[in-house]
Amino acid sequence: MTAELTREHIFSLLENVKDPEVPVISVRELGVLRDVEVSDDKVLVTITPTYTGCPALDMMREDILAELHKAGITNVEVKQTLSPAWTTDWISEEGKRKLKEYGIAPPEKTADIRALKGELPVVECPQCGSKETVMVSAFGSTACKALWKCKSCLEPFDQFKCL
Amino acid sequence: MTQQEALFSYCLRRGDDNLILSHRLGEWCGHGPQLEEDIALTNRALDLIGQARNYLQYAGTVEGKQRSEDDLAYLRAERQFVNVKLVEMPNGDYAHTIARCFLYDAWHLPLQQALMNSADEQLAAIAAKAVKEITYQLKTSGDWMIRFGDGTEESHRRAQTALDELWSYTGELFATNEVEALLVKAGIVPEMAPIKAAFDATVNAVLAEATLKRPPDGFMMSGGRQGKHSEHLGFLLAEMQYLQRAYPGATW
Repeated sequence: MTAELTREHIFSLLENVKDPEVPVISVRELGVLRDVEVSDDKVLVTITPTYTGCPALDMMREDILAELHKAGITNVEVKQTLSPAWTTDWISEEGKRKLKEYGIAPPEKTADIRALKGELPVVECPQCGSKETVMVSAFGSTACKALWKCKSCLEPFDQFKCL
Repeated sequence: MTQQEALFSYCLRRGDDNLILSHRLGEWCGHGPQLEEDIALTNRALDLIGQARNYLQYAGTVEGKQRSEDDLAYLRAERQFVNVKLVEMPNGDYAHTIARCFLYDAWHLPLQQALMNSADEQLAAIAAKAVKEITYQLKTSGDWMIRFGDGTEESHRRAQTALDELWSYTGELFATNEVEALLVKAGIVPEMAPIKAAFDATVNAVLAEATLKRPPDGFMMSGGRQGKHSEHLGFLLAEMQYLQRAYPGATW
């Protein structure tokens, strides 16, 4: 068993742990999984919340434990860290592509000048690709999303808020 | 008072402010003026409860008496809560709820920005996380104030009434006592004067654009930090704490 207990192996197992709210994207792609340390026969997994009050974090912790237990790894500690604070820039490019395919407009980069000035970004409709979109509400179905609609295909959609 | 006792008190203040406002916003669930705003208010409540949890967990750690965040939230009596009275006031109409959020956000953002430089690592980490959320909240509460104030005659009237009613509760946000004095000296919490200046700048800019009048600074309410609350807090706690009081230790 110790032969399997490498950092890389744990990371690959944790690819199966998805965001419970957006089940196409893994905790690594989301940037919630910060680190894995293996010492002797103990595994320490470090995660960070997206939003402070996000209830999905507790479930992610449970899912991480369950996934590792399934692989026979039981000496596991999941540690939560606040610093450095999570940013949507940590969502991987692949993660952003998956969000879009799932129907959620991915966040723009925080370095985007519009984000700095507090202006609304140009958000592409994840269904039809139109840039003729408008924000309906600054808050959406979960803490991390805002509600938008497309003026071309008339469909509503979620946008991942830039944080 | 030791530094540890002061830090415990300070964490309780931050935790209680967020917890009680979060509960008030949660009362809007299912009652919002439109579906999107109903969701917006509960999203806000969720951010605040997350921030409250961080502070109450840390308060429990600092105190060192094995009290959890839940013990502190559910098993303290009214006189042991140290939130400002502003957050315990009933919701009123939608303009009233938004005006309270705006005044709270305009104070909360510069306070948390300053706390990012705290000599206490955990306070700095909590603040760095919270600042991102509060920035977004202040933007939206400010936008609503402008929309109400510069909207219809009725929305203007309601927003101005709300401001006039709430103004005397803002003084307490900037009041300090020996807790802050001790922690300011240790570089753990910031001086209040620059926070007040930032609050004034935000409020003046937004109200000017909203064509609303800033109420004059007159009599200011106090007592919340000493556990002397309005009659409203007891009713709020009765609802919030009912389950843990009736079924101690219940989990689900």
